[in-house]
Amino acid sequence: MAYRHVVGPRTHVFADLATLMAKATPVRSGDRLAGIASESAEEEMAARWCLAEVPLREILARPLIAYEADDVTRLILDTHDAGAFAEIAHLTVGDFREFLLTAAPGTLARIAPGVTPEIAAAVSKIMRNQDLILVARKCRVVTRFRNTIGLPGRLAVRLQPNHPTDDAAGITASILDGLSYGCGDAVIGLNPASDSVSTLSGLLHLFDDLIRRLEIPTQGCILTHVTTTIAAMNRGLPVDLVFQSIAGTQGANASFGVTLPILREAHEAALALKRGTVGDNCMYFETGQGSALSAGQHHGIDQQTLEARAYAVARPFRPLLVNTVVGFIGPEYLYDGKEIIRAGLEDHFCGKLMGVPLGVDVCYTNHAEADQNDMDTLLTLLGAAGCNFIMGIPGADDVMLNYQSTSFHDSLYLREVLGLKRAPEFEAWLERIGLTDADGALLPQGPSARLLAAAPGLATSGLADSGLAA
Amino acid sequence: MSADRRTGATGPDADPTNDPTIDPMIDPWARLARLTPARIGLGRAGSGLPTREVLRFGLAHAQARDAVHTPLDAGAVSAGIAGLGFETLTVASAAPDRATYLRRPDLGRALGDGAAAALAAGGDGPVDLALVVADGLSARAVHEGAAGFLAAFKPHLDRAGWRVAPVVVATQARVALGDGVGAALRARAVVVIIGERPGLSSPDSLGLYLTLDPRVGRSDAERNCISNVRPAGLSHDLAAFKLDWLLTQAFALGISGVNLKDDSGPALAAAPGPTLLGDGSESARGS
Repeated sequence: MAYRHVVGPRTHVFADLATLMAKATPVRSGDRLAGIASESAEEEMAARWCLAEVPLREILARPLIAYEADDVTRLILDTHDAGAFAEIAHLTVGDFREFLLTAAPGTLARIAPGVTPEIAAAVSKIMRNQDLILVARKCRVVTRFRNTIGLPGRLAVRLQPNHPTDDAAGITASILDGLSYGCGDAVIGLNPASDSVSTLSGLLHLFDDLIRRLEIPTQGCILTHVTTTIAAMNRGLPVDLVFQSIAGTQGANASFGVTLPILREAHEAALALKRGTVGDNCMYFETGQGSALSAGQHHGIDQQTLEARAYAVARPFRPLLVNTVVGFIGPEYLYDGKEIIRAGLEDHFCGKLMGVPLGVDVCYTNHAEADQNDMDTLLTLLGAAGCNFIMGIPGADDVMLNYQSTSFHDSLYLREVLGLKRAPEFEAWLERIGLTDADGALLPQGPSARLLAAAPGLATSGLADSGLAA
Repeated sequence: MSADRRTGATGPDADPTNDPTIDPMIDPWARLARLTPARIGLGRAGSGLPTREVLRFGLAHAQARDAVHTPLDAGAVSAGIAGLGFETLTVASAAPDRATYLRRPDLGRALGDGAAAALAAGGDGPVDLALVVADGLSARAVHEGAAGFLAAFKPHLDRAGWRVAPVVVATQARVALGDGVGAALRARAVVVIIGERPGLSSPDSLGLYLTLDPRVGRSDAERNCISNVRPAGLSHDLAAFKLDWLLTQAFALGISGVNLKDDSGPALAAAPGPTLLGDGSESARGS
């Protein structure tokens, strides 16, 4: 069915719901590359007017990708909570925006299982940045493994100690550096350069040993392909969290070498290990706008809507962490700081509205029109929006993946400006070992040296063979 | 000297530590910083970075940005390559400028108007190998490294006796532009020597992409890549050795890409001269 909107002498016609959603999207390079973006500023606004009048029921009734053709569509519709949806079923997209702005946190939590990714994406397209921040802030999604992430007034940090050759001593040096700034409560998570099982085995033991030796209330993760992690679990290696990159269509997931049954197998295997102490959220997913287009599996759907569908893939697995790697993919998908900032706020909002524990890798590459000032802006906005976690990378410079993100220092900045605390268990640990005071502020006298002193065996036993011993 | 560089002299809370558990003569973070190229042990001023580190980061980003946006000096690059005894040709992709190139990777993969015909006219019948020197995302890498790499690779070419087309210098080019170039030159294989996406500490990195039987529409899975070719990464000599090995295997087996694994290590260990210092394999985020 075609949609129409009249502006003065012109009638704008949109062939179907997918076209309408694409044209209503704040313009970005990826949708232009796909040939589906609006062709004028007026057309973009006409599409938004038109989309605002579409009933939510109609979006639910018209899957953008056919049920028969795509297992993500089947997952969305088969697990849809009609009871939760009943509360918003009578609304149009425009009404829904106003409902969200006035709703209490409890209401938002109640309707979350009834919100499909297409509904979340549609309403986000007619929301300004401040709307995305205000509503996301009211959507609290709390998860637990060895600590509690997502509580109001708190922000966690993934400590990302990547190294170009997976050198154990170099990785450990970055971990100790990050811990000394009070980072690492979301996860200590490494992107390995090698995907060999022997490398993976060494790294899993390194992380497990460090976390146990220092008694850190956090979890470790080596971000390798889910099938490799399944193999590691079958071999009895210490796996806390299962990682996988996911996307919003069956075809894009296939390009990642992943299917829903593989994810279910991994989830069950990780649950069976029972390694969590305060909860059993044991999955970690990464996403990012443009991945489906990049794989040639976008079905003519705009990249922001497909990104929201990736959160529907994540949702049934009750993940501990999901983060969009917002500016990693490059300027052909998000061209500049303005597009990256908008996408980061959209992704965070859509995930939270759907009840998914969204964090954001606030990042860019050197061929994007962006710099660290843009990251400061997005970081601050996400702090205001109640983002569950961000990345902590030494000096914001990932020397393995060659992109820039946020640093340990950036997390200190955000805590100081917005008064955000760490995960409570992790916060108590930092105070116990003398790194921070009762308010969570780093102690001025040699906090990093205190960390080393808190692990007297570190320099002489566990890392002796990796060159860390004095 | 403070035992902890990050409280150092720059912060308002920089009280000297009297903690008896800390040996004031040892700065553990300086020792740790030697273990990784990551930016650790930076120190801090309150919650922020010391001025020195803000400026150091800013300079690295500026150099990476300049590497992306500096236009390729095709004339100078061609002259340098000609000086090694190669013939040269120049082509442009269908991307008219840098801004378009960055937004439209499809245009950077396509030859500009008339380029295919000009190549066919400038070539000289079927050849074993076409070599393309492309700006990619770092003209700086090409300016500083392309001629040096070809100088290191030329003895391998001479020894193998492969018939080589004129070296094509390509502007606003992506890797897949080599498919059209190789087809126009009727080459059995094409090697694209291209400026890689610059990292903050690697604005000068070249990548080498080998594709057998090049023609428009080849997928990335049909290519072999040798990356991180730069002074602080994989040396020209080692990269030339690996490329020779891959080309020899590709011609012998009739395949390139994911089914052709780089197993040049044993051959390199047996060869006189340079030893294997690093692994230039490509890395992707997650999986």
